[in-house]
Amino acid sequence: MKICVLVKEVPDAAVRKRIDPSTGRMDRSGERTLNPYDTHAIEAAMAIKEGGAVAVEEIVAVTMGPESALRTLHKAVSLGADRSLHLCDQLLAGSDVAATGYALAKALEREQPDLVLLGQQSDDGECYTVGAVVADHLQMPSLTQVIKIDIEAAADGQPAKLVCERQAEYGYDTVEVTFPAVIAVGDAINEPRYPSLKAIMGAKKQPLELLAASDLGIDPERVGGEYSAAQWIGAKEPPKKAKGTMIEDQDTDATVEQIVAWLDERKLI
Amino acid sequence: MADILVYVLHYDGTFNKNSLGALCEASKLAQALGGEAHALVLGDSATTELCAELGHYGATKVYIVDGPEGLAQPVVDAMAKVIAERGFSYALFGGGLLGFEIGAGLAARLGAGVAMEVTGVRAEAGKLIAERPILGDSAISEISYRSDVGIVIARLNAFEITPAGSSDAAVEKMKVEFSPFSTRARMVRRGEQRGEDVDIEGADVVIAGGRGLGNPAGFDLCRELARAFGGASAVAATRAVVDAGWYPYAGQIGQTGKTVSPKLYFAAGISGAIQHKVGMQGSDNIVAINKDANAPIFEFADLGIVGDLNKILPKLTAAIRAKKDE
Repeated sequence: MKICVLVKEVPDAAVRKRIDPSTGRMDRSGERTLNPYDTHAIEAAMAIKEGGAVAVEEIVAVTMGPESALRTLHKAVSLGADRSLHLCDQLLAGSDVAATGYALAKALEREQPDLVLLGQQSDDGECYTVGAVVADHLQMPSLTQVIKIDIEAAADGQPAKLVCERQAEYGYDTVEVTFPAVIAVGDAINEPRYPSLKAIMGAKKQPLELLAASDLGIDPERVGGEYSAAQWIGAKEPPKKAKGTMIEDQDTDATVEQIVAWLDERKLI
Repeated sequence: MADILVYVLHYDGTFNKNSLGALCEASKLAQALGGEAHALVLGDSATTELCAELGHYGATKVYIVDGPEGLAQPVVDAMAKVIAERGFSYALFGGGLLGFEIGAGLAARLGAGVAMEVTGVRAEAGKLIAERPILGDSAISEISYRSDVGIVIARLNAFEITPAGSSDAAVEKMKVEFSPFSTRARMVRRGEQRGEDVDIEGADVVIAGGRGLGNPAGFDLCRELARAFGGASAVAATRAVVDAGWYPYAGQIGQTGKTVSPKLYFAAGISGAIQHKVGMQGSDNIVAINKDANAPIFEFADLGIVGDLNKILPKLTAAIRAKKDE
């Protein structure tokens, strides 16, 4: 079985995010890191590989992003991916979620994976949707926010189906999906491992392929900011809420006294 | 023509509140555009009588499609078919998990633009413009569509239910042949309630715990505090700790849980992710304790305490008990 894991480079959560006022797009400069949710997807791939229910020949990390995203792929490899694909092309800059999903699907079409894993959301754009877009292009079944995956093999040892659990609107759902499939995982699915120093050092030596849009037959009129169907036209300030009172706890007795007084004033006790 | 198609989720004979809110909003927007709002319901348990009631929420027509409930891709097939045959300019989804999945799949299928986490939509010059908060709600971006169909996926509780008439909607049963891949996912068990039943919706005081509690035993601190407040108080939790098995699903706030608006919402060890915020931001008073001064919850808490909840909560519980005894 071949597993592709979609990963994304995002601004480090510790760094303040901002919008480029000239384009309305996220300012993607500054410190970058691997989307934390995607580390759960890599770990899920490793769990399948190490679980032994089916034989996993290869885990391939796939990303679309600027040159700096190379480091994200190195991180993904240090966490367990065998090799990586970097879809990097100026034509793709500014793609909306539908265009991004289309371009990623073209990269995945070439790989022909049995399973595509990704994180349930990106830390920056707060989109939960790229998995469903990719799945529709690839004509694969898909689920998001999956917190448990069991793989069942057929009698011949080939992967037969996935049994997935997730929380939806009315409680927990258990859904059976046959391969090939696209599964976005939630952060409750596992605790991602820390890469060993050896894995970090070795990551740069693993095969990494740099691909342009034309290498994958991506229609240039379906991607990029100009051709994206959702167009940013402006930004505005949200209604301001009065900033709340803040207490830094130095002396807990005094802090508690302040909290009680605050609650009492509002007749909440 | 500028008609709007709304997906209406139903379960166990009841329509989803977020779907009904989206339908009411679509009805208003369609009027502004000179069109109509239609609804699509998919499932083997949706009766004609039940679906006709969607007229009271502004639908002039309801399409009922027989198919497997609770999965996104069959709905994508159905909506794509109705849109292709009847021509719609927009598709609107209420907040929730399925809406995200269906809206995104539909965007791929139709080559349509999609805006998600939308908190407001307005009609301007015959077109819809979606408003989406970004960057932890510090700005709102405005999105228009250059595709034939524009897809709007709302944030949870974005639209109010404002009944829009008393007449039943016309109901049409449609047959849809599902894509082979849409039927490769099969619901084995739906809506499993994990953990005991807890009632948080009627509480005046909600003490909510998150990952910052450190372990399941951390909820004892929350229970003690709730007991000190007494009366109609309850303990609730975030999705992360419910998924981890620390607290029952019935007590979960947010995107795939409950929405509450008590007099006091006391968040202990909760960072305040958007998916949580949407389920409690209507609370009258929000108090948050977190050791991380940069936690997003402090952006919308009325009283924020940066500190160790293990130190603060026991003393606070004792102080509230003492205050009540005065």
